Amino acid sequence: MCVCPGPRRIAIPVRSSRLPLFSDAMPAPTHLFPLIRNCEIGRLSSAVCYCHHKHLCCLSPPHFAHNHLRYAPQKKFATLHRPKENFNQFIHARSYVSTPQKFYLTPPQVNSILKANEYSFKVPEFDGKNVSSILGFDSNQLPANAPIEDRRSAATCLQTRGMLLGVFDGHAGCACAQAVSERLFYYIAVSLLPHETLLEIENAVESGRALLPILQWHKHPNDYFSKEASKLYFNSLRTYWQELIDLNTGETIDVKEALINAFKRLDNDISLEAQVGDPNSFLNYLVLRVAFSGATACVAHVDGVDLHIANTGDSRAMLGVQEEDGSWSALNLSYDHNAQNEREIERIKSEHPKAEEKSLVKQDRLLGLLMPFRAFGDVKFKWSIDLQKRVIESGPDQLNDNEYTKFIPPNYHTPPYLTAEPEVIHHKLRPQDKFLVLATDGLWETMHRQDVVRIVGEYLTGVHHQQPIAVGGYKVTLGQMHCLLTERRTRISSVFEDQNAATHLIRHAVGNNEFGTVDHERLSKMLSLPEELARMYRDDITIIVVQFNSHVVGACQNEEL
Amino acid sequence: MASSRNSATIATEPHLISLPAQAQVVVCGGGIMGTSVAYHLAKLGWKDIVLLEQGRLAAGTTRFCAGIVSTARHVSIELKMADYSSKLYQQLEQETGIKTGYMKTSSISLAQTQDRLISLKRIASTHKVMGIPCEIITPKQVAQLHPLINIHDLVGALYMPEDAVVSSADVSLALANAASRNGVQIHDRTSISHVLVQKGHVTGVETDRGQIQCEYFVNCAGQWAYELGLSSEEPVSIPLHACEHFYLLTHPLKKPLESSTPTIVDLDGRIYIRNWQGGILSGGFEKNPKPIFTEGRNQLEIQNLHEDWDHFEPLLSALLRRMPGLEALEIMQLVNCPESFTPDMRCIMGESPTVQGYFVLAGMNSAGISYGGGAGKYLAEWMVNGYPSENVWPLDLKRFGALQSSRTFLRHRVMEVMPLICDLKVPRWDFQTGRQLRTSPLYDRLDAQGARWMEKHGFERPKYFVPPGKDLLALDQSKTFYKPDWFDIVGSEVKCSKEAVCVIDMSSFTKFEISSTGGQALEVLQYLFSNDLDVPVGHIVHTGMLNEKGGYENDCSIVRLNKRSFFMISPTDQQVHCWTWLKKHMPSDSNLLLEDVTWKYTALNLIGPRAVDVLSELSYVPMTPEHFPSLFCKEMSVGYANGIRVMSMTHTGEPGFMLYIPIEYALHVYNEVMSVGQKYGIRNAGYYALRSLRIEKFFAFWGQDLDAFTTPMECGREFRVKLEKGTDFIGRDALMQQKQNGVYKRFTMFILEDHDTDLDLWPWWGEPIYRNGCYVGKTTSSAYSYTLERHVCLGFVQNFDKKTGEGLVVTPDFINRGEYEIDIAGQRFQAKAKLYPFSSLFTQRRRKDEMELSSYQGK
Repeated sequence: MCVCPGPRRIAIPVRSSRLPLFSDAMPAPTHLFPLIRNCEIGRLSSAVCYCHHKHLCCLSPPHFAHNHLRYAPQKKFATLHRPKENFNQFIHARSYVSTPQKFYLTPPQVNSILKANEYSFKVPEFDGKNVSSILGFDSNQLPANAPIEDRRSAATCLQTRGMLLGVFDGHAGCACAQAVSERLFYYIAVSLLPHETLLEIENAVESGRALLPILQWHKHPNDYFSKEASKLYFNSLRTYWQELIDLNTGETIDVKEALINAFKRLDNDISLEAQVGDPNSFLNYLVLRVAFSGATACVAHVDGVDLHIANTGDSRAMLGVQEEDGSWSALNLSYDHNAQNEREIERIKSEHPKAEEKSLVKQDRLLGLLMPFRAFGDVKFKWSIDLQKRVIESGPDQLNDNEYTKFIPPNYHTPPYLTAEPEVIHHKLRPQDKFLVLATDGLWETMHRQDVVRIVGEYLTGVHHQQPIAVGGYKVTLGQMHCLLTERRTRISSVFEDQNAATHLIRHAVGNNEFGTVDHERLSKMLSLPEELARMYRDDITIIVVQFNSHVVGACQNEEL
Repeated sequence: MASSRNSATIATEPHLISLPAQAQVVVCGGGIMGTSVAYHLAKLGWKDIVLLEQGRLAAGTTRFCAGIVSTARHVSIELKMADYSSKLYQQLEQETGIKTGYMKTSSISLAQTQDRLISLKRIASTHKVMGIPCEIITPKQVAQLHPLINIHDLVGALYMPEDAVVSSADVSLALANAASRNGVQIHDRTSISHVLVQKGHVTGVETDRGQIQCEYFVNCAGQWAYELGLSSEEPVSIPLHACEHFYLLTHPLKKPLESSTPTIVDLDGRIYIRNWQGGILSGGFEKNPKPIFTEGRNQLEIQNLHEDWDHFEPLLSALLRRMPGLEALEIMQLVNCPESFTPDMRCIMGESPTVQGYFVLAGMNSAGISYGGGAGKYLAEWMVNGYPSENVWPLDLKRFGALQSSRTFLRHRVMEVMPLICDLKVPRWDFQTGRQLRTSPLYDRLDAQGARWMEKHGFERPKYFVPPGKDLLALDQSKTFYKPDWFDIVGSEVKCSKEAVCVIDMSSFTKFEISSTGGQALEVLQYLFSNDLDVPVGHIVHTGMLNEKGGYENDCSIVRLNKRSFFMISPTDQQVHCWTWLKKHMPSDSNLLLEDVTWKYTALNLIGPRAVDVLSELSYVPMTPEHFPSLFCKEMSVGYANGIRVMSMTHTGEPGFMLYIPIEYALHVYNEVMSVGQKYGIRNAGYYALRSLRIEKFFAFWGQDLDAFTTPMECGREFRVKLEKGTDFIGRDALMQQKQNGVYKRFTMFILEDHDTDLDLWPWWGEPIYRNGCYVGKTTSSAYSYTLERHVCLGFVQNFDKKTGEGLVVTPDFINRGEYEIDIAGQRFQAKAKLYPFSSLFTQRRRKDEMELSSYQGK
């Protein structure tokens, strides 16, 4: 766990923190990388960079504010030059000692890095047929932070129909993202349960009987659940369903409402747990870390042809649509909650007095600090100053010593400034909707959505539909065709390195050159960046690619007609 | 092709003629199959026929198929169909005045390996005896016959001078034209939604343009036959599945190819190449087929039937390797034309077991044009005469059950079948997909003990047991025409059943129980079976279920369980056929009950001299022949399990017992048998051992040796026919006549004399038999006899008049006074003919002259 949560997400404008590795304007890093590959130097560099890192993390409040100004987009160049300057000095120093040596990761090494977190799930078939509208999903994540602050979840609802999938992008540490990834689906599932099932579950708990399983998780071995907090989490959840039972309206459950309620309720519970505290000091510290860190969430609920996307923050859900001519187009199923979204700015302004209008959004950040405009946790943007001070003072020493938590955002007059309430979009799946990409902003800032959809689409349909060769009216000889086909086949074999669409996408996101094809050299360089540097060039990337079953979707659609 | 379509004046009038309200026959499908059936029905005198086509005539697979007519086929019935088709097409233009594009080009099948050459030589030796010209030629001769071919990697080829090419759509139109001149009504743009059935009989069809009442329905819907079958009121399972199939058309060569340029079949390269309008047409059967339409007709998929060059790449490489000179040839088109394939690579014809009057002809496995004529003829004969003029059991729809109709099964199986078209056809091939569907409760136990499995009618049966620590070759490497790698393993299993005792799981056999309140069961069985079944309770009777001509529809063992009920054991693949036959001939009497109990019993066969000891120890009942004579059945306890049907027979002629065990006791009985049997040297054995045992004992098996055209008189089983049993039975008249006039073929056993088991090609089945240098028949099965240390072939000997070729009566004298040779892939081996099995049980080897002519006493 990150004791000193790196506030990069908050302090450093993420979008500008990616350095153009190979842009013409910056030739320096290009010849710098072979050096870094050298192990010995790598170790030394980490020492140098550590200072750099620390410098960014543990700023005192005024310095902090100043710092984010320096990193604001209009000062992009200054930002970009910083690490380079460091390196130049560093390389200067080192060049006396060590001879530059070329070192690249071999393709198998690259693959083992890319595939370390990949996970695939195929919906089981019955009687040779998959009756679900989902064929399965591929997911993967590539860390840039150490440890990674992104989380992902996928589960099948066992008491209702449908499947839940989500990506969570944490900031100021991973505690909040971790908690949300463990808990949110339970809140959603419970919100969707009919009254009778809730009663049944409550009775089972009451009489100590075995509980009906609510979710079947589809987890990568690296996706862990916190054992220590499970009791605490369970009690909060139980209180929630008890309230739902008491509230029983008898109305049919609306998925959209259920999603919104679940999001808000979980955020509320996170906040409450932190205020109440826990007698166990470990847990007490945990709930505070969860509440003081933050996380965005982008969750898909798929039930037959009904696709609901609930989004809080700037992760994104993108639908891959195959047009009649076989080409691919992207359909946004979420809106980013950030400064690029006019409606969000309007919303925030409408929620606070006119006097604050100028200070609400500065340098494209909420109160000049936070990039996403909606998030879980982040009580610093939700609680009153009094409450924050009280909790921190009564909290454990670690918390008290942490400059970041103690720091109160500037112009903090009428909290809350931040909400976890999601925007929910409902979409009826059509046979041409082939897949859904859920990904954290780490992907979207490196790739255009159209490219994302095209790459996944071509990957999923295989080479056959990629660019089918048609002779048409052209004059082609057998020999020419043969050459073309053999050449294509060797090219395709590289695609088949990936058994996972998400991995394939990450390969492109990280390794794409200016021609849109994967450049192994570039990929190798990007992946061998030392931990401390990686964050400069890319963000954590988490991707889930859900593949839909067009046959089932088509059949459902026909039934409805 | 476009111009030829205009010539189809029959049914392309701008307005649609209204449909008749009724007809005797409705044929669905205007492709080569439908038109051929209509053509032949009309020829046979049936005129009241309506042919319906959903699109236009000859517009489906027929229109797009490559149009190669070749008789190079392995299965004899397929060869006969192709031969007939070829002759039919040759004179069709003359008969109808419609151009069919028929051109005798000859064909050359290339061999890149010695094994392939052996395979081609086998075809050549069967063609020779049928009078079809063919020749094995050298690579040099290939180069002389074809201008473009690269021969550096060839070892030989099969040259078939009579093979031809046609324009398949035009052939189909010519057949339709001739049929309509004979009174057949043809309606296109009419699709059938379903077939009407009442009381298990076809009554009509429902089309998008109204109803037609009919007596017979023929499903020739090609790749849609499966769907159409299911949409019938009483579903008819027609197991076939479509795969995409690609071929290439090119512009003419600089010096256009002669229209008589031979067709090239390069099986090792998986391609065929024929001349086409001065250029070439070349397609093939790739290793990774693309099945299509699994979920039925799908407009999306139909639209997506694009050229797929990447998929075609391996075939294009093979083409350019074979004809490097074509590099500069310009492409015209890559055609994607789905073809339908069946689970066993053989086409499907015949009447539905569930719906009377519902006939099927479909699933041509890419050889529709070659089979079209012959298949249509046989089906027409079947409908008109009740049975075709040849044995078509290998193609009969009833060889399948409902178990082959799963879409998943079909999809997986056709992906294996399509590449097999080009693979080497070796003996003892087992399909790898669609397995482990029906298994005995002992499957896991046997598998753990090294069982290797084969599949029959979906049922897993052990072939042999690989001893621990021993390993066999991988499947692909084990393909051979010579001595197989399991030779010693099976040898030791045979030895064990000769000297000690072996246990074989034979649960796959079809088992029926027939019972009644009074004497009805006996009555109906006496009428259906040729042997006398009015035997004391507990007796087992071997008997044939014969047709009117006295031929075997089934060969079974029947146990009289009590006065009014019988237990019937038939071959595994008889499950559908036998059931249909019984149902068809049984009176609809509610007091008569027929039940399929196949799944209720596990059958263990204890073969060997010590089987007696094992069983008596397990049951505390004396099992010696005095107490338990041969061909008896007793219900008794084995171990703790009660009610086991123990029968003193083994299907091999060896001493021993069959145990029919209610499945819940199967594991217990097996365990008891194995643990008690240990001290008697018991071991597991499989069907290969059984096969060797039964063939050296001259036991004929239905489906391999016996068929609907074989009578008991022809295979030395007069003793199993009781002509004077007091009641009439089906086939009695035919047998009476045969008894008087003598038989025209005779089941004979051959022992190969100068055959070296280690070095010579092994016989399989279908090898020509020569007597004094003249062709007299073919073998039907063969096995190595570990006791005789010789190969044994079983087969039928005929007597053809030297001048007329007419069949003459075959007497024992004729058989005994001849010098015989068996032709294996062109090489002849001397053989000793025998009409009766060796009398001894081979506990010791006898001298040859002692083995002669011992009569077979009603074992």
